Amino acid sequence: MCATCGCDQPGMIKITNMRDALFPQVHHNHGAHHQINIATNDNAIKRTHIDLEQDILHKNNLLAAHNRGYFEAKEITAFNLVSSPGSGKTALLECTLRDLGKELDFYVIEGDQQTTNDADRIAKFNIPVIQINTGKGCHLDATMVKDALAELKPKDHSVVFIENIGNLVCPSMFDLGEQKRIVIISVTEGEDKPLKYPDMFAGSQLCIINKIDLLPYLKFDLQKLIEYARRINPKLEFIELSCSSGAGLDQWYAWLKRQFAFSEAIP
Amino acid sequence: MHELSIVMSIVEAAEEQAMKHQARAVECIDLEIGNLSGIDEHALEFAWEVGVKNTLLEKAHYNINKVKGWARCSNCDCEFEIKELFDPCPLCGEYLINILRGKEMKIQSITLLN
Repeated sequence: MCATCGCDQPGMIKITNMRDALFPQVHHNHGAHHQINIATNDNAIKRTHIDLEQDILHKNNLLAAHNRGYFEAKEITAFNLVSSPGSGKTALLECTLRDLGKELDFYVIEGDQQTTNDADRIAKFNIPVIQINTGKGCHLDATMVKDALAELKPKDHSVVFIENIGNLVCPSMFDLGEQKRIVIISVTEGEDKPLKYPDMFAGSQLCIINKIDLLPYLKFDLQKLIEYARRINPKLEFIELSCSSGAGLDQWYAWLKRQFAFSEAIP
Repeated sequence: MHELSIVMSIVEAAEEQAMKHQARAVECIDLEIGNLSGIDEHALEFAWEVGVKNTLLEKAHYNINKVKGWARCSNCDCEFEIKELFDPCPLCGEYLINILRGKEMKIQSITLLN
């Protein structure tokens, strides 16, 4: 029953597929009985009440679905890399492009508020890269990624890395259409980060713990970090590595290839 | 400060409805916000003032209907209120919990002035 007027139409709009979702039906178009006329001195103010029941991020989620469909159709594996500033997202990409650049086709979308510094670092590997500068924006959204993909034109069967803005809060809300979200944390950051920024850890599938070569010099409890992150997301996978010493990179590459193989297997 | 993006999304959705119904302004918006949605009410209030300027929502007000976080334990099936994503099951202490409610971020209804 409709909660507004008691009519027998359902009060919730359910989005079932993309086409329907693009043209959401507002069931309260069914007559004028929600229009309330209030007579004032001269003018009648007419009000229209609409039960929308629409997700606030409806548009972003639609475009994320669009991107996801694009990736699936082209059998592209896309990753959204998120972390605080300075955890080593770009360094991890540099290692990956250096070591696997000949084996796989990579494309990179770099997100930063300002500068093309990160894209410049990636371009040195002769990898197609697009830089998105968000200005004051604190996260990438699905529209930006859609526009970047139109420019980037990644080949079928390739891997697309989307390096998000360094920020552990806002990017967690915005689905970009990626298959997997990878959160990177470095051991210089403190083991309680998952508890401080739980949304990011809740929404990620892989947690890369970077800069492990620095562990001997720090009071950092690696097991505690894993325990805290698992409290929020029991399914989260972990890879410990160091982009400077190269330790653990083989595990990351093996994980990456598994995702690629999985994506290719999608009928 | 993702709340500004949130406000912009609300403005976009509400103006779309206003156009459709040939309204001259938006009077009121009812929002449903879960306690686990990651939206900070104070930040939203601040972002609202900035985000609605020069839009049909400039004089609109909003109401927030809060939704409590609610979860079910995968281990013992107990259902309970959670305040944080990392709250354990109060019965068995397990962290294997499924969020049932509290992540909502919805525009419930809009009142337009024609």
